[in-house]
Amino acid sequence: MIDLDISRKHVALQQQARMVADNVFRPISRKYDTAEHAYPKELDFLASLLDGLNESGAGASARLEKGKDDAPGGDPKRAKNGANMATVVGTIELCRGDVGLLLTLPRQGLGNAALAAVGTPEQKAKYGNGWIAMAITEPSAGSDSAAIRATAKLDGDEWVLNGEKIFVTAGERSSAVVVWATIDPSLGRAAIKAFLVPKGTKGMTVARLDHKLGIRASDTATIVFEDCRIPKDLILGSPEIDTKKAFAGVMKTFDNTRPLVAGMAIGVAKAALERTRELLRAAGTPVDGGRAAGTYVEAELERLEAEVETARLLTLKAAWMADNGVPNSLEASMAKAKAARVSNEVTLKCVELLGPLGYEESELVEKWARDSKILDIFEGTQQIQMLVVARGVLGKTSAELR
Amino acid sequence: MNEGRKSPIERVAGTPLRLITQLGGGDLVDRLGLRDATERALHGVGKAAGKVMSKKSPLTLSDSARAKRAAEESKGEGPPTAPKPVAPAGQPARLANIAPTGVFDLRPTDDQELVRATARRFADEVMRKAAYAADAAAAPDPAVLAAAQELGLAALLVPEAAGGIAETRALVTTVLAIEELARGDMGLALAMLAPLGVVNALVEHGTHAQQQTWLPRFTGDAFVPAALALLEPRPGSDAARPQTGAMRARSDQGSGWKLFGEKSLVPLGQSAELFLVLAEVMGAGPRLFLVPRGTAGVTVTPQPAMGLRAAGTCKLELDGAFVPDDALLGGEDAVVDARGSFDARAIVDRARVAWGAMAVGGARAVVDYVIPYCNERKAFGEPVSHRQAVAFMIADLAIELEGMRLLVHRAASLADQGKPFTREANLVRVQCGAKGMKAGTDGVQLLGGHGFVKDHPVERWYRDLRAIAVMEGAL
Repeated sequence: MIDLDISRKHVALQQQARMVADNVFRPISRKYDTAEHAYPKELDFLASLLDGLNESGAGASARLEKGKDDAPGGDPKRAKNGANMATVVGTIELCRGDVGLLLTLPRQGLGNAALAAVGTPEQKAKYGNGWIAMAITEPSAGSDSAAIRATAKLDGDEWVLNGEKIFVTAGERSSAVVVWATIDPSLGRAAIKAFLVPKGTKGMTVARLDHKLGIRASDTATIVFEDCRIPKDLILGSPEIDTKKAFAGVMKTFDNTRPLVAGMAIGVAKAALERTRELLRAAGTPVDGGRAAGTYVEAELERLEAEVETARLLTLKAAWMADNGVPNSLEASMAKAKAARVSNEVTLKCVELLGPLGYEESELVEKWARDSKILDIFEGTQQIQMLVVARGVLGKTSAELR
Repeated sequence: MNEGRKSPIERVAGTPLRLITQLGGGDLVDRLGLRDATERALHGVGKAAGKVMSKKSPLTLSDSARAKRAAEESKGEGPPTAPKPVAPAGQPARLANIAPTGVFDLRPTDDQELVRATARRFADEVMRKAAYAADAAAAPDPAVLAAAQELGLAALLVPEAAGGIAETRALVTTVLAIEELARGDMGLALAMLAPLGVVNALVEHGTHAQQQTWLPRFTGDAFVPAALALLEPRPGSDAARPQTGAMRARSDQGSGWKLFGEKSLVPLGQSAELFLVLAEVMGAGPRLFLVPRGTAGVTVTPQPAMGLRAAGTCKLELDGAFVPDDALLGGEDAVVDARGSFDARAIVDRARVAWGAMAVGGARAVVDYVIPYCNERKAFGEPVSHRQAVAFMIADLAIELEGMRLLVHRAASLADQGKPFTREANLVRVQCGAKGMKAGTDGVQLLGGHGFVKDHPVERWYRDLRAIAVMEGAL
């Protein structure tokens, strides 16, 4: 039966996340936007709570694990509202608080998600409780992740890594990094593998921290690997080169993380829209809308709200499909494309609607308008999402539609 | 339908089977070549219900047993497993809310799938073929409307006590059907669906007498043209706050009301046997009045517009048109209490959701058309869809189409559950107005000059889709 309300059991989670957003994130939002690269130690107090959320299937590292979905009585006719939905619902609310802080929550790194998805039981047991970053991008390989040049060579019982990784979220604060590298540069994307490199491994250096437009609470690092040796068993997934499946397996993690970034975007947009309404209302400007010929401000606000709501439903759909075992690559990219561009437009427009109040730093609206931009870039840019969607809709290969 | 509380046998022998009767009774299913598809769909329904499908089910009854059963039913006894909710004598029949399941779910029910499949086939086989001529004639094809009646859509909205088969509110089912029909042709869909707006208002707000007088006619064999008249000829008017007025009056027919004002873009105006006219009652807010065909003081003039021409839109001038007391929808009681049972907002909100579904159907027609076109059309030695400038436009259409659909489904499911949905209905209006229009204009753009000429339907869709957010009410 078509019912697009958040499920009853996720409403409690939603409320918890909202409390965290209001009481933990918001009070320190500006502090860590200003003090870029300072570690938000307040978040350590959140760690245990978040681990609790993880137990309930709501955390980043839990979202890909099997067996977390609920299926009472195993009724196949009953829709499942599982870990993917829970994560998206929680992410929206937490990012209504602060997306930068969410991105630097201990033990919630993208690498945790990758480990949960493809790690062996031994790897999970040993590293799963750590904070694992993900290192994909290189100075000359961004969206084209098949072009990465970092290499991994097997030398006896060890992999030897060489190369430079940039834009590694939580690259400094994490306890380990999942590094994408090729084991045979002549074989293209099929030879790209992921390796788990614990911090402190000799030959691995955090070379610099970036100064950024937004999400300043989250550290973004450049990591250099120079003859960095790790044990043979720290490869994630199979070391075999399967020209058909290997890269697809790596890309598949995006089906789960893209709705998550969409959720982040929706949270930021909601924050901006909500605060903009409050401030306009306080200034005596009508903000309710619903009329065919409302004021410009009313019309803009309801247009933006409709866009956010559209993005939210697309995102919930992608998560719902994942929970119900329906392939969702197309829908995940639709959600990410829509939510990220809407979030950016909404936050920037809110600055305009508020005028000076939106632009200066006494309010957080200007910060959200800076934070939102990255969401239309990482985990696949707007343009990459559009390629994925266009190929899917038109039935084109990546060779035909480049 | 509250699937949760029903046993599997109830689910099988209840609503779906009555739906089957509705759909399978006429020869429409056969004429559309739908018998096989319907039976396949029913096979799915049956399979889902599993082994509880007893030999007593009409689907598996022998001919003699079926005849016997039909004879029993014609005595006025319904299937024992489908108790009819009985309205107390003299009370209007209303629909129950659908109980929420507490689970986020995107899947239609089996009977909704059946309605959707039937509407889809009707759109393909009947509406598409008639669309061009109806648009050119600025009038619906009566044969299409007659055939549409066999779909039995009205019965899905009318409570059993008033001659239909509905138990619960059915806006979700309605929007699923509307999407399919609008994909066939928005103008013809409006013509087909306009009486349903009247039916809904009667079901939600009508008195017992009003329901008994009118509802059986809409669920009968013949198509009965009728329309809601809300819009007025002013920019930016709020459909729920009309300037058309109703004043108490007496005539040689007794006491009643005189209506003054003008209504715009009323579908089926020239053939309608009944209008539901929204007018302000001094001190009691806006109310709907039943204005039958031929009422003195009502002038109907064709008012063709940019699009939706197949619906035969008209202007309605009310110059002291007199209607008796019992023409007031919901009756006098609701007037006494200004915040009483009648709520013009709810009518407008439902219509906004229904218009959103029209946008979804119209936009889907565009998307379904431009994909093969741009894959086949070659320029510079390859399909134009190999260029990002073209491919991304189509990707965007697909994203916005799905977004509109989800917004519509969300608002409709809230409405069916009796929850507030004014906000969501407004978001549907805003989003579907903008993105529906975008689908229309991009559809023409993607075909270039070929899109501008009438060899292709995209120019019609361009005109039709601009109606979204302009049209209020009427559905």
